[in-house]
Amino acid sequence: MKYWRAPYDINEVKIAHGQVHIIKDRCKGCEFCIEYCPTDVLELSDEFNAKGYHIPYIKNEENCTNCGLCEMLCPEFAIWSTLKKGRKAKVAGLVLGKQE
Amino acid sequence: MAKKKKEIHPMESLLRMDRIPHIWCPGCGIGTAVTAFTSALEKLKADLNKVCVISGIGCTGRVAGYVKLDSFHTTHGRPIAFATGIKLGDPELKVVVFSGDGDIIAIGGNHFMHAARRNIDMTVICVNNFIYAMTGGQVAPTTPLTAYTTTSPYGNVEVPSNIPQLAEACGAVYVARWTALHIRRLTNAIVEAMQKPGFSVVEVISSCPQYYSRINKLGDGLDMMKFYHDNSVIRHNEPTENLDIDYQKQIIVGKFIDRERPTYMDSYKKWLEEVKHQIPKSPKIQNT
Repeated sequence: MKYWRAPYDINEVKIAHGQVHIIKDRCKGCEFCIEYCPTDVLELSDEFNAKGYHIPYIKNEENCTNCGLCEMLCPEFAIWSTLKKGRKAKVAGLVLGKQE
Repeated sequence: MAKKKKEIHPMESLLRMDRIPHIWCPGCGIGTAVTAFTSALEKLKADLNKVCVISGIGCTGRVAGYVKLDSFHTTHGRPIAFATGIKLGDPELKVVVFSGDGDIIAIGGNHFMHAARRNIDMTVICVNNFIYAMTGGQVAPTTPLTAYTTTSPYGNVEVPSNIPQLAEACGAVYVARWTALHIRRLTNAIVEAMQKPGFSVVEVISSCPQYYSRINKLGDGLDMMKFYHDNSVIRHNEPTENLDIDYQKQIIVGKFIDRERPTYMDSYKKWLEEVKHQIPKSPKIQNT
């Protein structure tokens, strides 16, 4: 994600880590979560589920910030994210601060 | 191998999981609208024993069967009529009518008008997919001009109805329109509509990949979502006569009406106080 200017609190805000859960057999392959994930965590896999749909797989789990957009957009109640415990939250400035 | 712990979706407490997966097609926006509704319930911290969902017939009419609340699946076009009865029977309940455009605006249009006129305290979530989807994609009163459907093979010639304008003219106190993509704003609109005393309408523009998009060659559900992303314009308090939806043109979304009017129950109680002295006392029944 690119900002047009650095936010003032970039050195205070901590980016949470999320973990994505997918119920594969409930998915109907509409790809809403893949398209609208703001941090591009998901990608369409070649794998089929029991119903014959292509399902998303978790490509970059470390990018997930537990924003919950996939859960809200999913029409099938098949994907959601939870806060990952045991991983220290990084300050936003360290992750995003290298942008000009 | 140790058995993996079963993963439970956070919405499962509000859904009848024995009926999921639901019947809606891949790419349909109704499931997203249901997620918005359930998250609005969580946001409201509403007493779930005091929420009642009523649906009619149609794709969206299945919602009453999928939410784990007191719900009612009624005859075609009559959810608002049933909701009126439920509200008068128990005014404590928060009544939500969750149904489609064909159900609420076409067949139940009369009930919509009169419930709005009386300002009965209920929330109407109307999922508008521009078509009668469950029965095979016939032309609906919301189908845009020139759009193809199975009953308009050369394009639709009927002028579509403008749901926010109809609601405003009939006297609704809260009118908003969002697409299935504006999921957070839609959730907030449902929260506001449920808190508002009076007849509140939330129109949800939703994709219909199987019947509307296929015959018009508009792609699948994701293409429709991209179309909403590029072509929806947020204009709050826009005069409702500007809110007509033309075929594949811009869609104006936002909150259009937020006003105060006495609800039916308030007017009824006030009037009852005024005319109380005229009502004859019921004669005592004599036991013989």
